[in-house]
Amino acid sequence: MIEVSITKAMKRYDGGDSLAIRAEFASGTTTLVTGPSGAGKTTLLRLIAGLTNPDHGHIRAFGQLWTDVARRVNVRPQRRSVGFVFQDFALFPHLTVMQHLQFGTDDQAYIEQLLAMTGLGGFVRHRPLKLSGGQRQRLGIARALSTKPRLLLMDEPFSALDPVTKLGLQRSLKHLFDELGMTCILVSHQEIDGKLLASRQLEIN
Amino acid sequence: MDWTPIWLSIKLSFVTTIILLAMGIPLGYWLSKPGAFYKDILEALLTLPLVLPPSVLGFYLLMAFSPNQAFGAWLQDTLNISLVFSFEGLVVASVIYSLPFMLNPVRAAFSNIQRSMVEASYTMGKTAAQTFFRVLLPNVKYAILSASAITFAHTMGEFGVVLFIGGNISGVTQIGSIALYDSVERMQYDVANRYAAVLLGFSFVTVLSVFLVNKRLVRGIIG
Repeated sequence: MIEVSITKAMKRYDGGDSLAIRAEFASGTTTLVTGPSGAGKTTLLRLIAGLTNPDHGHIRAFGQLWTDVARRVNVRPQRRSVGFVFQDFALFPHLTVMQHLQFGTDDQAYIEQLLAMTGLGGFVRHRPLKLSGGQRQRLGIARALSTKPRLLLMDEPFSALDPVTKLGLQRSLKHLFDELGMTCILVSHQEIDGKLLASRQLEIN
Repeated sequence: MDWTPIWLSIKLSFVTTIILLAMGIPLGYWLSKPGAFYKDILEALLTLPLVLPPSVLGFYLLMAFSPNQAFGAWLQDTLNISLVFSFEGLVVASVIYSLPFMLNPVRAAFSNIQRSMVEASYTMGKTAAQTFFRVLLPNVKYAILSASAITFAHTMGEFGVVLFIGGNISGVTQIGSIALYDSVERMQYDVANRYAAVLLGFSFVTVLSVFLVNKRLVRGIIG
């Protein structure tokens, strides 16, 4: 269970000036977070990952206190066991596809599984600049999964994929989430992106 | 032609580049992170040698290191070091004078790295040190190589600052550019011509190597 109760001052496109969220995410489930641009969807993911600090409130995950502003608790991102799929992919230009995955794990069998799932098996020696937009996005997903995180945070993870690739990848992800008992929070502009994966939807206004 | 000034130039350039590598990488990384206003002031101060006339810097360093002044006297009395008219003085002056040539490209390269790359590394469990060595440093290595080459070439071509601090002592502080000037003063134009040709060759090879490194950079990222 992940329990979030936070406020964070932010500059929003709609003129609002703070994000206030109280939500719970059950373990082993996938939640689709939707909302207009600037509503704070990405900020929510960053707060949970520990990449941004809230102004007030707390975040509790898997029985552990990750953030509590009042008690000055702030567990570092390295110790939260989260995988993060960044909207801009945030790939490492100097590493090949294989090296990206080896950055997260030494388990070669698991790497092969991720490569098969994302369709990147034929590109293991390629660096990001030689990949298409869709391949980069799939690499971003595979890399985030490589550490076998307890919680996967995905920010617009399917935006660069064609419908057929997207559907195939979502099926594989659902299978992997079930296999690993992984909790996932998925941010998307398009509700359709989460239909297959998500069991619950959270809208931020 | 006496090759000693050329070897002295190479030795000075090598030592200066090594010292600036050790200083420039951590300093460039630190300056690349957003920070307080004092960082801007510090960066402006460290970049000053780019625009300052070398004679001005040389004059101030000469004044500072002179045993007749407080700092120079302290160096001599306490540490038994005399930086004026010595090779060590040339190194200190060269490090100060060439610092922006190392620092600015390295700082810019660190600044250009996407913040999300660092964050991705953190979420994958890597510490700040691991992220520095495995993500940041590999992505600025060509900028470091390029900056090192330019620093080396710039030090090879130094004249004003080293003349002020080191004078023109054969075998001690007379580097290639000063030997060239000295030859012209003595109207030994054939010797001056050879010194000039050697320094020109060094500069060309350096600039060429920078171009090749940059080309390799583009290939390396795409390949």
